[in-house]
Amino acid sequence: MYMENTVSTERKRIHPHKFTLWVAMGSIVMMFAGLTSAYIVKRNQSNWLEFGLPAVFWYSTAVIIISSVTMHLAVKAFKAKEMARYRKLITLTAGLGLLFAGLQFIGFSALHKNGVQLFGIGSNPSASFLGIITGLHVLHVLGGVVALIVSFARAFRVRTRSYAATPVEVVATYWHFVDILWIYLFIFFNWIG
Amino acid sequence: MSNEAVLHGNVGVGHSHDAHADHGHGHHHETFITKYVFSQDHKMIGKQFLITGMVWAILGGLMSVLFRLQLGYPDSSFPWLEDILGKWAKGGHISAEAYYALVTTHGTVLVFFVLTAGLSGTFSNFLIPLQVGARDMASPLMNMLSYWFFFMASVVMLSSLFVETGPFSGGWTAYPPLSALGDASDGSKTGMDLWLVAMALFVVSQLLAGLNYIATILNMRTKGMSMTRLPLTIWALFFTAVLGVLSFPVLFSGFILLIFDRNFGTSFYLSDIFIASVGALPNEGGSAILYQHLFWFLGHPEVYIILLPAMGMASEIISTNARKPIFGYMAMVGSLFAIVVLGFLVWAHHMFVTGLNPFLGSIFVLMTLLIAVPSAIKVFNWLTTLWRGNIRFTPGMLFAIGFVSLFISGGLTGIWLGNSALDIHLHDTYFVIAHFHIVMGVASMFGMFAGVYHWFPKMYGRYMNHTLAYTHFWLTLIGAYLIFWPMHYEGLAGMPRRYYDYGNWESFKQFLELNRFISTVVIIVFCVQLLFLFNFFYSIFKGRKVTTLNPWGSNTLEWTTPIRPGHGNWPGEIPEVHRWAYDYGKDGQDFIPQTTPVGDNESHH
Repeated sequence: MYMENTVSTERKRIHPHKFTLWVAMGSIVMMFAGLTSAYIVKRNQSNWLEFGLPAVFWYSTAVIIISSVTMHLAVKAFKAKEMARYRKLITLTAGLGLLFAGLQFIGFSALHKNGVQLFGIGSNPSASFLGIITGLHVLHVLGGVVALIVSFARAFRVRTRSYAATPVEVVATYWHFVDILWIYLFIFFNWIG
Repeated sequence: MSNEAVLHGNVGVGHSHDAHADHGHGHHHETFITKYVFSQDHKMIGKQFLITGMVWAILGGLMSVLFRLQLGYPDSSFPWLEDILGKWAKGGHISAEAYYALVTTHGTVLVFFVLTAGLSGTFSNFLIPLQVGARDMASPLMNMLSYWFFFMASVVMLSSLFVETGPFSGGWTAYPPLSALGDASDGSKTGMDLWLVAMALFVVSQLLAGLNYIATILNMRTKGMSMTRLPLTIWALFFTAVLGVLSFPVLFSGFILLIFDRNFGTSFYLSDIFIASVGALPNEGGSAILYQHLFWFLGHPEVYIILLPAMGMASEIISTNARKPIFGYMAMVGSLFAIVVLGFLVWAHHMFVTGLNPFLGSIFVLMTLLIAVPSAIKVFNWLTTLWRGNIRFTPGMLFAIGFVSLFISGGLTGIWLGNSALDIHLHDTYFVIAHFHIVMGVASMFGMFAGVYHWFPKMYGRYMNHTLAYTHFWLTLIGAYLIFWPMHYEGLAGMPRRYYDYGNWESFKQFLELNRFISTVVIIVFCVQLLFLFNFFYSIFKGRKVTTLNPWGSNTLEWTTPIRPGHGNWPGEIPEVHRWAYDYGKDGQDFIPQTTPVGDNESHH
């Protein structure tokens, strides 16, 4: 038949776990795309509260970008088998992740102080959207922190020392993903939405 | 590492794969729990999906029998109904609340639990590793979790039937404000909370499953199994998984907003609402239409999530039993792809009468009618595959042909409904009910039956009884047309759906006899399905034993495994693939399995 010349060598394929992560990231993107599209649709209707983002979201953006850098350095350290350095860097990354989550909630309370109510009776959909989208993103970051803690525990396992880079790379890819996702959301809330 | 890592070339497959390396050699001790309950074997998980789906199909089907009793015999009373439904059928008469709860649960259960989990869950799990030549899924653990999330969703949904205020009763689409306000109706109270929890668990199950299916198909194919050598079943299941992975998250985001509106006082979907017992609500600025957009962005691809597996299996079964290569393999793949792309661009045709901008409406009409093109290509290819074939009318083949018949008759009415102008008249009438039940519901059920009859020998190493199967086929096919054909007339006459009683409505009283006829057929067809169930479970234990590896003379890889394959599927090395899956009747040979190397004297290859 005509498919003779399309046979691939079946070699050098992407690792199934990495591939699965990429599809999962596509899936997560669809969720946020759904929410931000809903945001745009809703904004063009009546009764939409306009408000500026508190400055603290700039700090959280800086924190998550720095955490991406430390994550990148951690993977490098892991591949160079500098395990002590690797452990320090992923701890730092996880810490920055938690700091990011904390800063987001400080941002929420800053909004609250300015009289912008996120949830509950009397809240405007525009603020509720911000709360839900940002909140969901924080949950995804916290999921990344859990993954980092698991990698951390693995790095201390004495009996079966593993130098396979794939699990670390999977976590790193996810971490950069939530970072980029936040940058998208930050740009969206500040300038697009 | 086991030999499959070498075979696949994906070195360092990881721990989950390592853990299963020994299964292929058949000396791994399995307990009852690891083999039948928390199994990570894709074949067992497929069977778990199938049997759970069957339980739901019976429950969901029984619900339709109950509400058809109300529609067919609105004035009669059935004391036994009070025995089984209690306060929901006082005096043997189904109450209005119970009627709406039954309709809603029937829809939710059939669409999601039977035709999504039961159909694609079963056959994706069972067929993907077997037909692409893999020992198991990319992640057997995630696969197991996907079933158990589905199981938890089932338990929660089932429990909602037993709460005091009853299950959710606002329609399977769960439109707000009815679904968002507990005060709006009894069904919107605890029943709706449970509905949302069940659906959220279900979405998680589908995402875990879909990720796995895609990763397995793209990464775990055996040597020589290029994408263009895949059986069409696998292509269909692949596109099904892509649809699910991209559309279920959007439904999920819609549900999140709904949960916040229900429980945390937000106003995404709510505005200017007055409830008789409560008074005016403080919610302002929401838009109920927003939910419809988010819902139908899943809702329409969901139709294809249900239909594509049936299409794929019908292609495979028709080609095998017509002893002819599938006509237009690449056109079949291309049309599946076109359906997937268009499936994402037509959701608003469910919303023509919501006050949608007519200009937008016309774009959605165009997109919707465009789907007729790939659909017609598929129908043409099925018919040309059958044309002058050496047809063997096995039960699987009959159901596959029945699928094509139903897809044609149901698809044609889709062209009517896709027109926004005609939809003004037909929207929310029985015409819609007839259309989607035939094209999506019954057709996909037929695909599922075809798959079960065709792959039962591979699943259980025995055959199902053919006499019962033929009876099942003919009565179901005739019954399906007798049930849904008359509904087209009712719908054209304008008879709206979702009504409890048409008795004091002059225009539609005339259909009482017709409704009674439909309801009677429903009862008969439901009983015929019990025949199938009996056949299925009886044959698992007592069916005629399969004695040859390849009972249907089929080309695909699953028939190169032992009659009862263990975990790991092939006892030795995974076979290498040398050709596509459809070399039937080539060079005078009845069939040439995919594992046969290409000979020197073969005609074009």
